[in-house]
Amino acid sequence: MTTPRQTPLHEVHERLGATMTSFAGWQMPLRYASETSEHLAVRRAAGLFDLSHMGEISVAGPGAGAVLDYALVGNLSALRPGRARYTMICAEDGGVLDDLVVYRLDADEFLVIANAANTDVVYEALADRARGHDARVTDATGDYALVAVQGPAAAGILAPLAGGLDLDGMKYYAGESGSVAGRRAWVARTGYTGEDGFEVFCRPEDAVPVWEALAAAGGPAGLVPAGLAARDTLRLEAGMPLYGNELGPDVTPFEAGLGRVVKFDKPGEFVGREALAARAASGPVRRLAGLTIGSRRIARHGYPVLADGSPCGTVTSGAPSPTLGVPIAMAFLDSADSEDRVLTVGIRGEAVPAQLTDLPFYRRRQ
Amino acid sequence: MSVPAELHYTPEHEWVSLDGATASIGITEYAAQQLGDVVYVSLPAVGSAVTAGEPCGEVESVKSVSDLYSPVDGEVTEVNAELEDDPSLVNADPYTGGWMFRVRVPQDGDGQPALPADMLSAAEYEELTKSAG
Repeated sequence: MTTPRQTPLHEVHERLGATMTSFAGWQMPLRYASETSEHLAVRRAAGLFDLSHMGEISVAGPGAGAVLDYALVGNLSALRPGRARYTMICAEDGGVLDDLVVYRLDADEFLVIANAANTDVVYEALADRARGHDARVTDATGDYALVAVQGPAAAGILAPLAGGLDLDGMKYYAGESGSVAGRRAWVARTGYTGEDGFEVFCRPEDAVPVWEALAAAGGPAGLVPAGLAARDTLRLEAGMPLYGNELGPDVTPFEAGLGRVVKFDKPGEFVGREALAARAASGPVRRLAGLTIGSRRIARHGYPVLADGSPCGTVTSGAPSPTLGVPIAMAFLDSADSEDRVLTVGIRGEAVPAQLTDLPFYRRRQ
Repeated sequence: MSVPAELHYTPEHEWVSLDGATASIGITEYAAQQLGDVVYVSLPAVGSAVTAGEPCGEVESVKSVSDLYSPVDGEVTEVNAELEDDPSLVNADPYTGGWMFRVRVPQDGDGQPALPADMLSAAEYEELTKSAG
């Protein structure tokens, strides 16, 4: 076990009194004070996140689009410069190696954002799948810090600090290069909270001034620093999967309800096509469902779900929902006919009633 | 971090306040901060016997579930029913409004309430939390 890496914002987190946690080989802020308050601040105003642990992998060269079309399940060569796409990288058997956001920085360069725990796997798979193409794959994680400002007040907080960026005109899942607080940055309208918001990719040495400027500008608007605990409950309310919980090598995109990311109609071959096509034709054997829990207790990852008392699935993620005021969970359920049956979750020996509900649990007002 | 001088502590981060033969028990501010926002507390039944060092309930926070250990031997006389509706009292007010349960403790040969010998003073407990980082 090696010593966890620190982000360029480590000293800022310590000064803010954050509770730090070891996460995917990094020391990250879990919470600064109350995760519930941080969660609600993001829903009502804004939150500031250090996401510098995320992996950034550059795929550059004339053949970069072709590499990604072959390596990923999406149609990335069709992505226009300045746009982003949510996609996945799968194994030959269709299992998910990671879920990704891919930005097309310009005609010949893509930036692939991987989960911190999967950066090495994704980098190695991309490098392997790029062989024979005119493209270079580089793990650029050390070249970037990532600061996210998320919430309804995010655009108003970022705009006065942004140079050369048209934030008003920036669409969801688009990005531009410009500056934030005078520091060069790639700014994208993306996030993992279910709110409007921006992700600011800057050089590691610029992370502290970028963070400080956003914190100072956002304070009066109600922005607070927010840790990984709030990020997890925010993404869960928004029905977004977390790798290791809803996604993994034994899950295909179809079971996770994300079959739409697999683009069978794109030109050319891609890794996993055959297995994924078979899975698409046969239909998933289990499906990801949303549950609300009839107790204060939390249905956590790995807890059993029962239908009329018989095992019918497993909880993948669970947490209190600060927005709904009840605990919520996502779970893989074996069959589609659980609607008519009485569902319970086994919470440490106690059968607690659960209610099927549509995902996402929370959708922001447009 | 607040560690009131008049209380007794355990390495499992419980505090004990003695009033005659009645021990009031809760978890420390340090423990509450480590757990994060508490969302559910399961307490022993009134009238049940608890044993020092043995689990007698659970404290559930957003991120984790932890056993609650009884710091003393004795019979549970009262539990804090307010925690059922507002478990966040454990975070907001760990030493007063966030108390968890009360135990009538046996007396020693001198008629004094008998606390386990390995309980920590405030200074000792503070040292423990500092060395834990």
